[in-house]
Amino acid sequence: MSSSLSALPRTHTPGARALRIGLYLMLALFALYYITPLLVLVATAFKTPDEIRTGSLLSLPLAPTLDAWRTAWNQACIGADCRGLAPYFWNSVAIAVPGVLLSTALGALNGFALTKFRFRGANVVFGLMLFGSFLPFQLVLLPMAQTLGFLGMAGTTQGLVLVHVVYGLAFTTLFFRNYYVSLPDELVKAAIIDGAGFVQIFTRIILPMSPPIIVVTVIWQFTQIWNDFLFGASFAAGGAQPITVALNNLVNTTTGVKQYNVDMAGALIAGLPTLIVYVLAGRYFIRGLTAGSVKG
Amino acid sequence: MATEESPPREGKGQEVMVQQTMPEPAAPAVPALSTPPAVSTVRAVPDGDRRLADSVQRHLSKLVVAPSFAAVLLFVYGFILWTAYISFTRSRMLPVYGFDGIDAYVRLWSMTRWNVAIGNLLLFGSLFILISLMLGIILAVLLDQRVRAEGALRTIYLYPMALSFIVTGTAWKWILNPDIGIQAFVRGLGFETFRFDWIINDQMAVYTLVIAGVWQASGFVMALFLAALRGVDQEIVKAAYLDGASLPRIYWGIVLPSIRPVFLSAIVILAHLAIKSFDLVVALTGGGPGYASDLPATFMYEMTFRRNQIAIGAASAMMMLATVMAVIVPYLYSELRGGRRVQ
Repeated sequence: MSSSLSALPRTHTPGARALRIGLYLMLALFALYYITPLLVLVATAFKTPDEIRTGSLLSLPLAPTLDAWRTAWNQACIGADCRGLAPYFWNSVAIAVPGVLLSTALGALNGFALTKFRFRGANVVFGLMLFGSFLPFQLVLLPMAQTLGFLGMAGTTQGLVLVHVVYGLAFTTLFFRNYYVSLPDELVKAAIIDGAGFVQIFTRIILPMSPPIIVVTVIWQFTQIWNDFLFGASFAAGGAQPITVALNNLVNTTTGVKQYNVDMAGALIAGLPTLIVYVLAGRYFIRGLTAGSVKG
Repeated sequence: MATEESPPREGKGQEVMVQQTMPEPAAPAVPALSTPPAVSTVRAVPDGDRRLADSVQRHLSKLVVAPSFAAVLLFVYGFILWTAYISFTRSRMLPVYGFDGIDAYVRLWSMTRWNVAIGNLLLFGSLFILISLMLGIILAVLLDQRVRAEGALRTIYLYPMALSFIVTGTAWKWILNPDIGIQAFVRGLGFETFRFDWIINDQMAVYTLVIAGVWQASGFVMALFLAALRGVDQEIVKAAYLDGASLPRIYWGIVLPSIRPVFLSAIVILAHLAIKSFDLVVALTGGGPGYASDLPATFMYEMTFRRNQIAIGAASAMMMLATVMAVIVPYLYSELRGGRRVQ
């Protein structure tokens, strides 16, 4: 949408032009500040170890090579396991896909039930669920570790799916509930008079109207689950670790010669899925961020 | 706007503006839905049956929410109570359930490491909130000047929020490393005595958290404010302009005061981010050197999973909850009251 100054006329005096050049200069400097860490990652990931030693922080690779990417993907050692980041990447996929689908589906059902088929106490139920979005997760780490052990899911990707679904519910329910609140009740009332029930109204009327909020929720949940480190570090053991945990282990390994190019390529591999989603669907990401911004 | 999701909590004026300014997705085909397929396929039922059907439907609604609600009751509230109870025991490596009073809290507050973590949170938190807020507002105002390529710039300013800090921290660690990062770079330019070794300096390490934290979160503050700026009444801005007010005066005197609620939201969100900061510390300093840059979140993890001090870990988690509540509860209270007044 438009600038808050849209109603003002544009000026074209030399002074105004100088100000505008200054404005663009500042914007470009800020852009440089934000983009530099990413540039460092990309530039270094394509360098050879020799080039890193002789070149400087910001120099571009003279002879770009994919060696570091290959090593990071399937040769780098995480602890004693030298299969690279690939297995952990697929762990993250195995955690994120069911985690996103389940939490989104439950959020849609909850949001629908809490707004269009309200029961006594629906607001209290919603309020209590919403609190989960403010929760510092440190409060649940210990009991969750115990519970996962009790369920026989300790150190597995399934355990992490459960964790992400449970603690994502507050957000997905919030998103769908607030979206459905704004849909006119008359749609549902008319359908009820015609004899349609809960399931029919949901699948035939509400769901077809939901793609925008489904996209927002899926992107939000995917970003949260893919980027999660705390739960992964606390609950996943060895081979079941998500890629963030494996990356952190890779980067902080102190044995052997430090391969910065491999670290950077690994970081990019870990970050690429969410980065691609962000570039392709940034506006939906921003909407989730502003609606669910209580999550840290 | 019927197709947009409404604000997170009803009655939040500033969030309404946020929603309005986001590009609208393709509107669902409402006309087609005003005659839903369900209508033609379902037979009309007699009145008595309908009442029964209605009540089944109402119960169905409860039934659908019940599993999620039960999960939240157990995994959120039940677990908080569990952690609270453990904080009153003598648990070390494994939970024990003999009540031991507030001993864990006494020990917690007598630990130098915890006091360092709390001091760091205050220092890091206040700088992080203040600088992110200032930077975010400056960026929003600059981007509000009808600039070209606004979309691309916004994408660049905000991308750190889409990436895990475990990922971007890999670059930051390198940049801040005196041997290969900025210090080496500037020395390479000929300034042989230049020093920038905060990350390995126990007095300064916590400030590297501020640098990287601000980098990550300020774009988000920018997005919040930019959205709010776009909701400002343009007639008022125009009137001030015609009265001869300069641009800085228009922003300072009219535009920013009119979006005051966003300041509160942004501060609460940033405070919440600061209290929960974990990845940032792990990826950047690991809490070091020593424990000089520990925050409560990393302290809790360390005590619980590495030092076999479960009771102390639980006590520190309860202190984190208290801190979050101290920020969130007054905010929610004022939001809800404000909302009611508007209605």
